[in-house]
Amino acid sequence: MTTDASTIDSVRTEEIEHPDTIANQAFGFWLYLMSDLVLFATIFATFAVLRHNYAGGPTGKDLFHLPYVFGETMVLLFSSATYGLVVLAMRQGNKALVLRWLVVTFLLGLGFISMEINEFYHLILDGNGPGISGFLSAFFTLVGTHGTHVAFGLMWMAVMMGQIIAKGLTSPVQSRLLRLSMFWHFLDIVWIGVFTVVYLMGVM
Amino acid sequence: MNRAPITSAGAGSGSYKSYAAGFILSVVLTVIAFGLVMSGVLPRPAVLFGIFGAAVVQMLVHLHYFLHLNSSSENHWNVAALIFTILIMVIFVGGSIWIMYSLNYRMM
Repeated sequence: MTTDASTIDSVRTEEIEHPDTIANQAFGFWLYLMSDLVLFATIFATFAVLRHNYAGGPTGKDLFHLPYVFGETMVLLFSSATYGLVVLAMRQGNKALVLRWLVVTFLLGLGFISMEINEFYHLILDGNGPGISGFLSAFFTLVGTHGTHVAFGLMWMAVMMGQIIAKGLTSPVQSRLLRLSMFWHFLDIVWIGVFTVVYLMGVM
Repeated sequence: MNRAPITSAGAGSGSYKSYAAGFILSVVLTVIAFGLVMSGVLPRPAVLFGIFGAAVVQMLVHLHYFLHLNSSSENHWNVAALIFTILIMVIFVGGSIWIMYSLNYRMM
C-alpha cells in the first residue's frame, strides 16, 4: 500500500512540475469557471424573472441600504487587488511577502462574507426571510450562492497558507495559487453583476 | 525550490502598474454606478444605461487587468470558451425574461 501511494505521488509530482502542465491546469480551471458562470447565469435568469414578485412583502427599496453594499463592494475589490500583490510576490519568490498579502486578502474576504452574513441575519430577524416572496427567494439564492463561493475561496486560501508554510513556493503550490487567483478575480466579476442587477436596480 | 516560469493564460504576467490601473478604474466605475443611483438626478432610462455600461466596462477591466485576458494566441482558447459561455448566458437570461414577460402579458 505504502509503496503504491509513494509511486503515484512521485509520478504526479513529475507531471505537475512541467510548465505545460501548469498552463493546461490553468486552462482546465478556466473551463470550470466558465461552467460556474453558466450556473450563475441560471440563477441570474431566475432572479430577473422573479424580481418584481413581492407577494405583498417588502421591495428592494425597503430592504437595501446602498452605502452598506458600496462598502461590501470596496472590500471585495480591495481583496482582488491584494491577491494581485500575492501573485507578484510569488513571481519574486518572496515567501514571506506572499504569506503577508494572502493573510490581508483572507481578512478582506472574511470582512466581505461577515458583512453579507450580517445583512442576511438582519433580514431574517426582521421577518424578511427567503420564504416571504419570490423576490426574496431569488435574492437569497443568488447572493447566497455567491457568498458560498467566497466562503470556499477562503477555505482554499487557508489551505494554501498551510501549504506555503509546510512546502514552500514549489511549482505545484505556485500552480494552485494561480488557480486560486483566477477563482478570486472571477468572484469579483460575478459580484459586479450582483450589485448592478440586485442592489442598484432593486433600489431604483 | 523549483521556480519554473509560469505564463499560463488566464493567470498570466501582471505588473504593479497593471494591477494598480485595474484597481483605480474599478473604483471609479463603481463610484459612477452607485453615484448615478444614489444621486437620483438623471431620468430612469439614463441611469439604467449608465449602470449597465459601467458594469460591462468594469467586467472588461477585471478580465484585462486582473485575469490578463487578451487577444494573444496563448489566450485563444480561453477567449473562445468565454465567448461561447457568454452566448449561453445571453440565451439563458434573455430567453427566460422574454418567455416569462410574454407569458405574464398574455395571462393578464
